[in-house]
Amino acid sequence: MEISYVVSRGTRLNKVLPFIFAALLLALVALPKVLAIPYQVKFVQAFILIILATMWNLLAGFGGLVSIGQQAFIGIGAYSLVYISDIQGINPFVALALAAVLCGVFALPLSFLVFRLSGGYFAIGTWVIAEIIKLFVVQVKTLGGGSGISLGAFSGMGRETRIAAIYWSALVAIFLTLLSTILLMRSKLGLALTAIRDDETAAGVLGVNVLRNRRSVFVMVSMGFGLAGGLIAMSNLRVQPDDIFSVNYSAIMIFMVVIGGLGTIEGPIFGAIIYYFLQDRLKDYGTWYLIILGLLGIAIVSLAPEGLWGWISRNRFSLFATKYRISQMSKERGA
Amino acid sequence: MIWTNAIIQGLLTGGLYALLACGLSLIFGVMRIVNLSHGDFSILAAYGVVALAMHTNLILAIVLVLPVMAFLGYFLQRGILNRSLSKGALAPLLITFAFSIIIQNLLLQIFSSDNRSVQSGRFASMSFKITKNLQIGALPLLTFIVGVLLTLGLHYFLTYSRVGRALRASSDDPGAADLVGINNKHIYGIATAIGLFAAGIGGVLFGMRTQFAPSFGPIALIFAFESVIIGGLGSLWGTLIGGIVLGIGQSIGAQIQPSYGVLAGHLVFIAILIFRPQGLMPKQKGK
Repeated sequence: MEISYVVSRGTRLNKVLPFIFAALLLALVALPKVLAIPYQVKFVQAFILIILATMWNLLAGFGGLVSIGQQAFIGIGAYSLVYISDIQGINPFVALALAAVLCGVFALPLSFLVFRLSGGYFAIGTWVIAEIIKLFVVQVKTLGGGSGISLGAFSGMGRETRIAAIYWSALVAIFLTLLSTILLMRSKLGLALTAIRDDETAAGVLGVNVLRNRRSVFVMVSMGFGLAGGLIAMSNLRVQPDDIFSVNYSAIMIFMVVIGGLGTIEGPIFGAIIYYFLQDRLKDYGTWYLIILGLLGIAIVSLAPEGLWGWISRNRFSLFATKYRISQMSKERGA
Repeated sequence: MIWTNAIIQGLLTGGLYALLACGLSLIFGVMRIVNLSHGDFSILAAYGVVALAMHTNLILAIVLVLPVMAFLGYFLQRGILNRSLSKGALAPLLITFAFSIIIQNLLLQIFSSDNRSVQSGRFASMSFKITKNLQIGALPLLTFIVGVLLTLGLHYFLTYSRVGRALRASSDDPGAADLVGINNKHIYGIATAIGLFAAGIGGVLFGMRTQFAPSFGPIALIFAFESVIIGGLGSLWGTLIGGIVLGIGQSIGAQIQPSYGVLAGHLVFIAILIFRPQGLMPKQKGK
């Protein structure tokens, strides 16, 4: 019996899943018609968490860039949204897109600065950048200084319409970030990133431009963080510098990604959903809740570093066909 | 005269930053771990002294707390961090970040978010008059002297002592160090013990100079980190110089406008990153 090998993107599962995803998307689009407002708000929160986790994972899990300063772009996104929509008078939904673009514009020059640091020092360097941006924002009177600024763009809109509109914006945002993450990981850049993640030096020797690829992913995820920041401003209707530039965002993102599974697309999504329910349950415990998250994080990193998704899938299947996999096939079965 | 004063005060503050930073630098130098909870351990030590000083005198409290910091460092390294070293660069970063979150929230739970300070009585306000407009506080001077002495002590310890040589050997080549009979895991434990001991000294002096709260760990870490980068990676003397440059930058900024102090320090850091990314006193090749 002759054995041949077949290289494919996914398994048979991946031929069925797109239809399920399409059905899920349709259901989510129709959701505000049947769901009460408080639940729509909860969905928006969950969507924001999934965007944050996906973006942080793209940066750290695929780009190998562990940052604890991405709240810089969450903050820039949130403030840009308020500034563009309230002060410039542009439609808030257009402003959301512009806020994301603006974050990319900020990220490019900043990358030249922080990329001079590597590893752990890169992590703190990004944090310092976030602190500096906060200190500058606090000085700006137009943006409300230290006490923050309210979003007035929705003031003429009824509560029901407003929440539904924010829900759909969040849905579009999460759809776009997930879709672009999947497409990115199927592209040449995704392949390069995977190579860099596995072995930076070897990838460089094979002709992968490590620095440029990392810079691309840094700029791209910053736009995603900006989108999330804009959505946070929309749903809170207020932006305060100490909250929006809080390093707690990094703590939460790291937790979601680590618990779900670093370096997979599915992991962070599950991690975000788990985190969402955990915080819902544990938020009454105040500070203990963060202590528990910290302990849980240490336990997972030490004992099950592949995270929940890695543990479930054991690399046998994936929900999104991004990886090449090799499978054996005997001649008799044909193909 | 105002500017001379600002520069001297900044110089003395630099000693404090060097104290906060030298442990960070040592832990990174030996294990390539960036301890994201370094500042929180400093603040933890300061709270430890505050709590003990309620029952006993200050000196005894400090003498009791610092060895506890060292033991804590040794056991955290051997119990948790050593395991993570084989799992890539990411795992130790995530774990020390988790330490940071845990320490901050435990302190918040025990001591609330109220500002505290380490009470050193009359000593806190003592000062030496140099000229009519120039005074040097006894506490800042002590901080600076301790900073210089600790850097000097660490330098001689690493250069000449048996354990110091083992530390450098593990840092240069853990495999070869293992072959000549050095127990890397034990050495790593010692490195973290020294690192947290130094962080503790820095934290206690920090707490004597200014009020602090559980949330002050990150800012202590950031100042320590900026000192390391300004001075140049892998050089203890560079870290001292980096701390001094940061201190002077902050105090000149604060002289221009009080709220610009921290920002001016950050800008010095950014300027170094742009124009001299290897730092002011980088480790020389072959040393």
